[in-house]
Amino acid sequence: MTLAAPEGNLIELRGVRFRRGAFRVFDGLDMTIPKGKVTAVMGPSGTGKTTLLRLITGQLKPDAGSVRVGDYEVPELGLGRLYEMRRQMGMLFQNGALLTDFTVFDNVAFPLREHTRLPERLIRHIVLTKLHAVGLRGAATLFPGELSGGMNRRVALARAIVMDPDILIYDEPFVGLDPISMGVIVRLIRRLNDALGLTSIVVSHDVNELEQVADHSYLLAEGRVVAAGAHRELMEEDSPLVRQFMHGEADGPVAYHFPAPEYGEDLLGRGQERR
Amino acid sequence: MGLVREIGATFAAFIHALGSMAIFLGRLIMYTPAGLLRFRLVVQQVHNAGALSLVIIMLSGFFVGLVLGLQGFDLLARFNSENVLGGATALALIKELGPVVTALLFAGRAGTALASEIGLMKATDQLSAMEMMAVDPMKRVVLPRFLGGVIAMPLLVAIFTAIGIFGAWVVGVALMGVDPGVFWSQMQSLVSMDDVREGIFKSIVFGVAASLVAVYEGYTAWPTAEGVGRATTRTVVITAVSVLILDYMITAALL
Ligand SMILES: Nc1ncnc2c1ncn2[C@@H]1O[C@H](COP(=O)(O)OP(=O)(O)O)[C@@H](O)[C@H]1O
Ligand SMILES: [Mg+2]
Repeated sequence: MTLAAPEGNLIELRGVRFRRGAFRVFDGLDMTIPKGKVTAVMGPSGTGKTTLLRLITGQLKPDAGSVRVGDYEVPELGLGRLYEMRRQMGMLFQNGALLTDFTVFDNVAFPLREHTRLPERLIRHIVLTKLHAVGLRGAATLFPGELSGGMNRRVALARAIVMDPDILIYDEPFVGLDPISMGVIVRLIRRLNDALGLTSIVVSHDVNELEQVADHSYLLAEGRVVAAGAHRELMEEDSPLVRQFMHGEADGPVAYHFPAPEYGEDLLGRGQERR
Repeated sequence: MGLVREIGATFAAFIHALGSMAIFLGRLIMYTPAGLLRFRLVVQQVHNAGALSLVIIMLSGFFVGLVLGLQGFDLLARFNSENVLGGATALALIKELGPVVTALLFAGRAGTALASEIGLMKATDQLSAMEMMAVDPMKRVVLPRFLGGVIAMPLLVAIFTAIGIFGAWVVGVALMGVDPGVFWSQMQSLVSMDDVREGIFKSIVFGVAASLVAVYEGYTAWPTAEGVGRATTRTVVITAVSVLILDYMITAALL
C-alpha cells in the first residue's frame, strides 16, 4: 500500500476526540491536509499541536474518530503496518533529535542502513546529495554536539528526506533559531516541498514565518479548529480570538491574567482566606 | 499506622514494578533471536560494558583477594590449618564474592551509564525519532545493550575471580609463607565442578538482573534531566538489593 493517493486530501481527520486524564485536548476535531501543499497548523502553546502530529503518525491513538493518511486508517494499524506507513513519512523534531554518538553522515545514512541493503558507495552518494541540499555536505564528519541549533535541524531535515518520503512533518521548526537560520529553514521547507513533490505540515506559532511558506493554514484553540483558510485571509479575519493570535495581542479571548481573586480585594488582603 | 501504610504502599509499588519489569523482560527475550542476528551491535555493547567496568573490576578483585588472604590466614591459623587457605579463598570467590561484588560494581559503572544513555536518548526525542524512521528502539537500542550486559557479566566475574585468587596467593604464599604446592593442590581438591557451576549460574542470573534493571530504568525514565538522574540512582539501588536477594535465594536452593 502506498500514499500515492489521487489529487485531493492526503490526510483527513474526522471527529477526533482525545483526552489526557480529565483534560480534553481534542473534542471533535476535523481537518484535511491537501496533497502537494504546505499546510500550517497554528495555535497557542498547549493546544495540542504536537498531540495532533502524534495522532497522524500513530504514536497516539484517538479515543474516537478517524485519522486517515493515504489509504491507511491509522488507529487501526498494527505495528508492522504502522512502520510501513512511517517509512513514507519524514518528521523533523524540535531539537533535531539526532543520534548523539553518530556523525552527521551516519545520522543521515541511518534510515538507509536500517531499511535497505544498498552498497556503501550508493549510500554515500545519496547521503551527500541530501546533505548538499541542506547546505551541510561539508559537515559530514562532525558530531551533532559540534553543530549549532540551526545546523542540527538542517541535518535532521536531510535525514527526514533521505528515504524520499511523501509527507514531511515539522514540529515547531523555528523555535530558538536566530533570524538567519530561521530564513534558511523557511526557504528549505518551501523548496523541498516543491522540488520533491511533498506534502508538508508545519506546526508552529510563528505567524510571520508561516506567512512565507504556508499555502493553507489552520488555527487551533480549545480543542478544535477555530479558523482555516489561506494565510492572508486569516490575517484579515476579525473574530476576536483569531485577531488576538494572528496579531499577537496580549489580552483577548485567551486571557492575559491567570484566574485570580478580584484585584482590589486581593490587595486589601480579603482574598487571603481563599488561598 | 503511618509506617504500616507506608510499607504497604512501598510493597504495592514494588510488586507493580516487578510486574512491568517482567513484561519488559518478556519482550526482550522475544526479540532476542532477531537481535542475535545483528551480532555486531551486541559485540559493540559487550565491548562498551566490559571496557567501562574492566579496570575497576580488576582493581577491586585484587584487593578483595588480598583481604580474603589476610582474614582467611588469620582465621585458619587459629585452627592450624593455613594449608587450606587456597581452597577456602577460591571457594568464597567462586561461589559468592566473584558474582556478587562484580554485579554491584557493574551496576555502579556500566549500569548507570546504560540507564543514563537510554534515558537521555529518550529525553532528547532520539527514541521517538527512531520510531518515526520505522526503527523499533526496543530492538535497535535497548536489546543490544541488554544482551551486551548479559554476555559481559560472566566474563567480568571470571576476571574478578581469577585476580582475586591471585591476590590471595600474594598474601598467603608470598607474604605469609604458605607452601605454594599445598596452596594450589588444596584448591584443586576442595573446589568441585558443582561450585564452579554455581558461580557461573549466579553470574548469568546477576547479569540478566543488572542489565534488565539498567535498560528498564533508562527506557521508562521521565524524559527530563531530573528523570534521567533519578533513573541512574534507582539503577544502582534496585540492582544492589535484587542481586543480594537473588543471591540468597539461589544459594538456599542449591544447598
Ligand atoms: N505526556 C503527557 N502526559 C499528560 N499530558 C500531556 C502529555 N503531553 C502533553 N500533554 C498535555 O496535552 C496538552 C497538549 O500538549 P501538546 O500537544 O504538547 O501542545 P502543543 O504542542 O500545542 O504545545 C497540553 O495541555 C499538555 O499539558
Ligand atoms: Mg508542541
